[in-house]
Amino acid sequence: MVLLIQPLDAMTAIYHRRSGITHIVSEPVPQILHRMGGETLTSDEIVERLRVDFDFEEIDARSLITERMDEMAALGLLVRQHV
Amino acid sequence: MYEFRVQVGPAAFRIGSAWKRPVNELAELYREYPTPDIADYSVRLEATSLIRRFIRPSVAINGDYILPDAAPLPLAQALLAAEMGMNLQMALGWRRHLLLHASAVEKDGKALIMTGASGSGKSTLSAMLGCKGWRFMGDEFVLLDLLTGAVVPFPRLISLKNTSIGAMQATALDGRFGPLLRDTPKGEIRHLVPARDAIRAMTQPAQPALLLFPSFGFESAVREIAPSEIFIRLTQASTNYVALGEAGFKTLTRFINTVPARAIDYRKGEEAEALVNQLWDDLS
Amino acid sequence: MLLVDALRDPSSTAALDADGWTALLAMARAEQLIGTLARRLSGLPVPTAVSEILEEARVNAEYQRRSALWEADCARRALVDYVGKVVLMKGTAYAAAGLMASEGRHIGDLDIMVARADLPKVEAALLAAGWEWVKDDAYDDAYYRDHMHELPPLIHKERDRMIDVHHTILPPTARPRPDATTMLADAVALEDGLYVFSHADRAIHSATHLLADGELDGGLRNLWDIHCLLTECTQSNFWSELQSRATHHDLWPAVQRAARMAHRLYGTDIPSGWRTKHWRDGYYIRRLTARDAWGRGTRPMLRLLFYVRSHWLRMPPLMLAGHLWVKWRKRP
Repeated sequence: MVLLIQPLDAMTAIYHRRSGITHIVSEPVPQILHRMGGETLTSDEIVERLRVDFDFEEIDARSLITERMDEMAALGLLVRQHV
Repeated sequence: MYEFRVQVGPAAFRIGSAWKRPVNELAELYREYPTPDIADYSVRLEATSLIRRFIRPSVAINGDYILPDAAPLPLAQALLAAEMGMNLQMALGWRRHLLLHASAVEKDGKALIMTGASGSGKSTLSAMLGCKGWRFMGDEFVLLDLLTGAVVPFPRLISLKNTSIGAMQATALDGRFGPLLRDTPKGEIRHLVPARDAIRAMTQPAQPALLLFPSFGFESAVREIAPSEIFIRLTQASTNYVALGEAGFKTLTRFINTVPARAIDYRKGEEAEALVNQLWDDLS
Repeated sequence: MLLVDALRDPSSTAALDADGWTALLAMARAEQLIGTLARRLSGLPVPTAVSEILEEARVNAEYQRRSALWEADCARRALVDYVGKVVLMKGTAYAAAGLMASEGRHIGDLDIMVARADLPKVEAALLAAGWEWVKDDAYDDAYYRDHMHELPPLIHKERDRMIDVHHTILPPTARPRPDATTMLADAVALEDGLYVFSHADRAIHSATHLLADGELDGGLRNLWDIHCLLTECTQSNFWSELQSRATHHDLWPAVQRAARMAHRLYGTDIPSGWRTKHWRDGYYIRRLTARDAWGRGTRPMLRLLFYVRSHWLRMPPLMLAGHLWVKWRKRP
């Protein structure tokens, strides 16, 4: 298990084992991690899976989620694989 | 070097001093504490230069762990230097428990923990409650067991500052106070020796039952706090959370999941005591 | 000396009394060797109080290891588009390569080496990834760039950890002139794309750091690294290769002396031909073991001699005078 996840309230605490760093994140980060389920996915696939958790009508879901994923990659919570 | 040793809760300290007087003062104030054979940490009170050993003597706080830019203290405040030195070793070196910058008292086998910034009153409150039927467990550091989550006592001398000194002198027994130290970096300081029962019970832990964030100087009130805010404030109040890694995360999350927390505001000791008793009855 | 004896022969600690243990632990802390000591004493019967202290040291060593390897990975990701080799050095390198020298070791900042010509590129990539300069001083900055073997220090904004980017292993102003290009060329790849020095070059760097670049403060730890690096080698031609490479880099005297001292203090198994004692070894050994039962440095005159020596080694006398003069004038 790469991450230990502890929901608190609107925020979630995530302990990243490899770095030893604790991150306090708000949605949609925990949902992204949960719906990815440890698999390797494209941004589009993740957006699709997240429709279960969120109502995407009014917002530009893809760019929002991609931004969060870029942040998570910069922190080392996600690893980007080049195709 | 003159040497002094003391066991406080799970930690054994060795204090070396270039002067005899601080060692005598420490020995007097810690007279009821056990003396360890092997020291966990060493603190050294040393002269900043050969001349300053004798002329306007100036005490540098050295030891296993040091703060490189720390300003030396005058010899009259050597007792404060020793206490600061011990705090520093704990803050920088301790890995056996999750360390929180907080105070704690115990009643009926359960612990009340109080944390907050300097001046919040956690130290004075713990001293006061320690004289009113609670067992004093510590005023500087709270140690949380990494496996059981229990609070482990660390009952050092209580450091009273400025107005708290007068307040406690009315409540506590004579003969348990150290000398009055004036003009320290934090104003006036006087050390109070914990009650005999607190010292004798220094190896007896207690499960935490209530967490309070006191704020002194505001109208009496109680507020709830969101778990994420508690989490962040407690990591900020811990010097070793990061170093403990996974064990730190698990201990802290267990704590937040099991211990109710409130912020309390108060203007006088009696108000605080009333709020504490009420919350203790309701929540613990 | 208690600490040296305990590391060399851990079972000798069975004879220690309470005061002996207290002294040993204070010395070990002062020399940043308590993690190593804990490792060496693993499995041996010790007093309960001591076992708790050693366990604490192990927890701390694990924390430092985790942080150091993560920091290396962050640097790797920041430099993912840089095609040249990024070579890890010292403690982080030992940890990344899973070496004996990394066991229980105290690890501080991240040290990496890259080709001198690529410094601007590497610097730019690190700055873009969140590192920033530690010193703002223009004189120090110019001094670093012209005379030192590394960029001025960088610190990462969020993680608050420092990185030192080297282009060779000694200041260009020092007298031995190691061949950095060859060291880079011979660096060995790790799984993740970072590099470490070849076996011989690792030992050469460690010996150099101990003797040709420093005042020997914390030297016992550096010497323990050397002991581990020399002990771990299994290749039959390791010693001859070490000698010829060290000679090529103009560092054979340093490597020879380091090997001799490791042998004398830690009992490192070195070729018999390398064991001939040199009259100056005694000074180095006394300097290395200048630590008392409270962890204080002793032998002040000897320390001063070595301090001056370290500056003398780093730069020619006229430059040293100029450097110290500017430093003195700029004091607040």
